Amino acid sequence: MAAPATPLLEVRGLGKRFPGVRALHDAHLTLAHGEVLAVIGENGAGKSTLMKILAGVQPADAGEIFIDGQPVQFQSVREALAQGVALIHQELNLAANLDLAANIFLGREPHQFGFIDHAKLHAEAAQHLQRVGLDLPADTLVGDLPIGRQQLVEIAKALSCEARVLIMDEPTSSLSQHETETLLEVVRDLRAQGISVIYISHRLGEVTELADRVLVLRDGENAGELSRKEIDHNAMVRLMVGRDLEQFYDRKQHDPGDVVLELDAVRTPAHPHAEISLQLRAGEIVGIAGLVGSGRTELLQTIFGVTPAMGGRMRMASEPFAPHNPREAIRAGLALAPEDRKQHGLILQMAVRENASLASLSRDQQNGFLNFNAEEKVATEAVEQLAIKTPDLDQATVNLSGGNQQKVVLGKWLALKPRVLLLDEPTRGIDVGAKREMYRLMERLAADGVAILFVSSELEEVLGMADRALVMHEGRLAGELARDQLSEQAVMQLATGTPLAA
Amino acid sequence: MKKNILGILGLLIAIFVITAVLNPKFVSAYNMQNLVKWSSLYSIMGVGVAFVIITGGIDLSIGSVIGLTASLLAFTLGKNWDPVVAICAMLGLSALIGLIHGLLITKAKLQPFVVTLCGLLIYRGMARWTTDNQSMGFKGHDQLNEIFSGKIPITDTFALPMPFVFLVVIAVAAALFLNRTIWGRYLLALGNNEEGARYSGIQTDNLKIAAYVICSLLAGISGLLFAFELDSVQPAQTGEFYELYAIAAAVLGGCSLRGGEGGILGVIIAAAVIRLIYNSINMLGISTHLEYAILGIVILAGVVADELLKRYTAKRAAQ
Repeated sequence: MAAPATPLLEVRGLGKRFPGVRALHDAHLTLAHGEVLAVIGENGAGKSTLMKILAGVQPADAGEIFIDGQPVQFQSVREALAQGVALIHQELNLAANLDLAANIFLGREPHQFGFIDHAKLHAEAAQHLQRVGLDLPADTLVGDLPIGRQQLVEIAKALSCEARVLIMDEPTSSLSQHETETLLEVVRDLRAQGISVIYISHRLGEVTELADRVLVLRDGENAGELSRKEIDHNAMVRLMVGRDLEQFYDRKQHDPGDVVLELDAVRTPAHPHAEISLQLRAGEIVGIAGLVGSGRTELLQTIFGVTPAMGGRMRMASEPFAPHNPREAIRAGLALAPEDRKQHGLILQMAVRENASLASLSRDQQNGFLNFNAEEKVATEAVEQLAIKTPDLDQATVNLSGGNQQKVVLGKWLALKPRVLLLDEPTRGIDVGAKREMYRLMERLAADGVAILFVSSELEEVLGMADRALVMHEGRLAGELARDQLSEQAVMQLATGTPLAA
Repeated sequence: MKKNILGILGLLIAIFVITAVLNPKFVSAYNMQNLVKWSSLYSIMGVGVAFVIITGGIDLSIGSVIGLTASLLAFTLGKNWDPVVAICAMLGLSALIGLIHGLLITKAKLQPFVVTLCGLLIYRGMARWTTDNQSMGFKGHDQLNEIFSGKIPITDTFALPMPFVFLVVIAVAAALFLNRTIWGRYLLALGNNEEGARYSGIQTDNLKIAAYVICSLLAGISGLLFAFELDSVQPAQTGEFYELYAIAAAVLGGCSLRGGEGGILGVIIAAAVIRLIYNSINMLGISTHLEYAILGIVILAGVVADELLKRYTAKRAAQ
């Protein structure tokens, strides 16, 4: 049978703006029947926005969407689903207290006179479970399943709605290697059944293995497409970053100084049985890689006193150090730019001025009274040194773009001249330009002797920036890689719990 | 926030002018004096609860704390306590109540609504039980009466009531604390985003406790003022439902119950509006049965108008 001439899904000129940021501009995409299209791009490139528009989560400002050549407009998830487009969220939306069948048919239960027809419910659920290779009774509780299998339940749920286009947003970000392989197998099966898949991932290895075609987004625009035979690691990275890597991650060699921060068998509340020991030297940039949920954020939070350690010893510049709250950590010379910038990094409704000065108010106080001159100076310096784009110091930070918000967070800390800077996903949700500035700033601070410990889920970033990388797996340090040992494969092996071959 | 104050100030002036035009007796020195006095009493409670509301909390126990301090003051004076000792004891007791609220809310992580609702019941019960639920007066305490309920003559007919003097001192201190000290800034920050404030090195628990102490302490001071103003204390009734006036004043005055927003001047103007509405209803011969309904409608309208204004400005800022 000849392939149908009209693509299943086509997108033309899609645009979306948020206050202070152009998330998507003139994006286009086509998807054939039974095709797996990988969409890649750095954080903030517009992948999530594009997918949310396709799934009816949010409307576009401009552009058209066609299904089977017919123009469509989705005002809601329900309307998108009616046209066969389903989004599998990064965070799963299942009710842990209900069984598989109930989750699959949630809100669409077969019923008679208002009573649920359980026999029919379970019989139909079993069919859909089989399509995703889940060989489990339909009355198993979802909460009893590991995360990888829950994901398959989500897919079964989408299939039960007769989805023809499955959009999967970083489906493997919290899966083990084995679970990932199972998922990839299921996606291949679905393709054979004629389902089209849009697959968003940071894992270029998976993309190479799976995709029929790759679409690269950068700064909210199409950066290029790769056909099946053009797909290779370097080609993808070049399109994502827009230039060669060495130029992007501008790292210079310098000799690290004395040990500033030392952890000895520290245990975090999130993984109370895992002991972590590490050393951080002045002027060093150390990356922490690992899967989502491997305990990286929790480690930084323990070092910063947000969640005090359950055991072990820490030293800061050879002095014993056991912070019970962030204030003690800050006084010892630490700073943390947290992963969740909006919840933890900023007081969003407050102005740039007030956010930039928040940590240094107590240093600059005059008998408890605010020192408005010092505040002005701190905020002005932050804006100038970090090139924060804001109309004025009194702008509420909620109106700034992600990159500029992150700069305000850093400005707040740099005013205190920290000796150790902890960065949790420092470039999440910021555009490529701001990313580059962030890397330059990290380099500059390291050259000034600041010790930097950063967590990143972007392997490129760890590979590009770290003097050495620590890889976490299930709360433990699975291994350490020196700069010349760093490779995507080595990090992923350690991150998924596979020992490195000697 | 400036716009906010202008709105509520406009409302105050509008009601004032309308009432004055319709009933000239409204602007009599006697009536004005009364209006200033009662507005001041409400404002002091309102300023107190504003601190708690700014942290994102609530205090439902204000009326009962007023009842408790008023009753115990009359009771202890009746037992011939030294007036200075009795007054200090009342202030200490109300501060202690705030401290307990704060500790339960921050350390035991109980919800402010629940803690202070229980407080509302407990302190009322304590007031009635210790005093055997007897009405009490302040005979023979002229000096205290002069301090808490006296008047400073300004003209032949108009005198400034003492509660107003208390309010001025309290308001200036509160406004300085909130707008000029690092702790005031911290309170606003933690009210907006408690975790964010903690991550910036702010001791959020201590500040929240301080807010509850301030609130209960000002309720205690109000209790003393109300006691002498009313000249007699009924343990079962004095201060009953006053927390609702205080919260209404804070909300109408620009404090968001979500926390992180609010100013002292707005609360004071709003407290005056509430008293003014009450006064106008009497002056204009509107049925007093409608009193609560009118109050409710005005507050609701004010809050709706404020919300609409906020959305409008947010939209304009986004464009």
